[in-house]
Formats: sequence, C-alpha cells, structure tokens
Amino acid sequence: MSYRSPLGRARGLGSAKEGTHHFWVQRVTAVALIPLVLWFVYSVAQLPSGNYEVVRWWVHAPSVAVALVLFIACALYHSLLGVQVVIEDYIAADGTKIVALLASKFVHAIAAVTGIFAVLKIALA
Amino acid sequence: MSTPASPSKSAPQRPLSPFMIGPYYKPQMTSMLSITHRLTGLGLSLGAVLLVVWLSCLASGPECYALIAPHLAAWYGKLVIFAFTWSLLYHFCNGIRHLMWDLGKGLDLPTAEKTGFAVIFASLGLTAGVFVLSLM
Repeated sequence: MSYRSPLGRARGLGSAKEGTHHFWVQRVTAVALIPLVLWFVYSVAQLPSGNYEVVRWWVHAPSVAVALVLFIACALYHSLLGVQVVIEDYIAADGTKIVALLASKFVHAIAAVTGIFAVLKIALA
Repeated sequence: MSTPASPSKSAPQRPLSPFMIGPYYKPQMTSMLSITHRLTGLGLSLGAVLLVVWLSCLASGPECYALIAPHLAAWYGKLVIFAFTWSLLYHFCNGIRHLMWDLGKGLDLPTAEKTGFAVIFASLGLTAGVFVLSLM
C-alpha cells in the first residue's frame, strides 16, 4: 500500500490527473503568439495579396518561412485548447461532446500539418 | 433567450451559462468583452483554416492562386479580412489583459473596466493602423 496521503497524491494533479497542464500550455502559446501576431499582421498588411509571384517570394524567404511555421503551430495549438474549453463548457451530452472534441482535434491537426507543409513546399522549392 | 433543457427531468430547470446574460444578469461591459473574447477566438479558428487554404493554394501554383485571388480582392473578401484583422487584434489586446490577470494584476473592478476600454480603443486603433498600412 501507498503511504502517501490523499492530499499528497492529489496535489498538483487534481481529479483529471493532468493538473494545470492545459491552463499552462494555453498561456505558453499565448505568450509565444504576442511577437508572432505582431509580425504576421505587420507583414501581411503590406503584401500585395493579388500578386502570386510577390507573395510566393515572401514565403520563400527562410526567416519568413520559419516564422510562418512557428505562427501556424502556436496559433493552431492555442486554438485547439480554446475550442476544447468552449466544447466542454457548452456541450453537456457525453456522446456529442466526445464527437465534437475528436472532430476539433482532427481538424486542427489536419490544418496545422497542411499549413506547415504548404510553407515548407514553397520555402524548399 | 431560452435555457437549454436540463439533463434529467427530476432536476430543477436551472439557468446555465452562457444563457445567463440577459434574463438573469444585466449585461455589463466586462461580461460583453469576455464573451467577445470567446467569439473572436472561435472566429480566429475559422480564420486559421482560411489562412491554411490560402497558403495551400499559394503552394499549389498560379492556377489555384488565380482561383482565390479575385475573392481576396472582392468586397466580401475584404470584409472577411477586415473582420479577421479586428478579431485577431481584439483577441491579442484582451489576451494581454488576461495574462496580466494571471499575474494577479488589475483584478479589481475599476481597473478591469479601465483596461476593458483600453482594449476596445487599442483594437480599433490598431485595426485602423493596419488598414492604413495595407494602403501604402
């Protein structure tokens, strides 16, 4: 048997056995997104979006490609955590909730991989 | 506004969040900013999907990009980009307000209302700035 007290076992983990991990990663990605969002908005605002060659040349630059990959990864991870909380808050029925959570995870994973692949395809072309 | 059905028939029909604002709680600036943070967050999730579609078309080649470029230039495309920009900058400003709360700063009501107004004006000002930048 374990000699650890119930408090000792629970401390830092809570009933879900995940502790504050979700809360913490939401904040870590939020802090990472501060400079990434500023860079993204400032850069894209100046892009001539109708000009295919110019936009491709922009993504092709190594520093831009790296920043875009970081932005997509952080933004979609942050979005995944946020959408998860919204689903858990507003969908009470277990079946619907599990399906919605799975769908959200799959859509976020597909979007992240597709976006990063697109950037790398242009950058390494 | 209707309240969602209670899980069990024997349980009393209690009002549930987020359907409390209106019939039970007076709408306040702070609660409106809070729900706007969620709504812009959900909107930005859709915006992230559009960003991926845009990058995928760009990677695919000029033919695919020629298909979406007219939509980016059309009035409805510009409206979506404008809404996306403001949502991103609002969520950005209010997100910093949330991070300050996480540090235990500005939690009292007068400060929360002041920073709330600051978020509204900063997000609008930054959006206007981005609009001007896009014209240069």
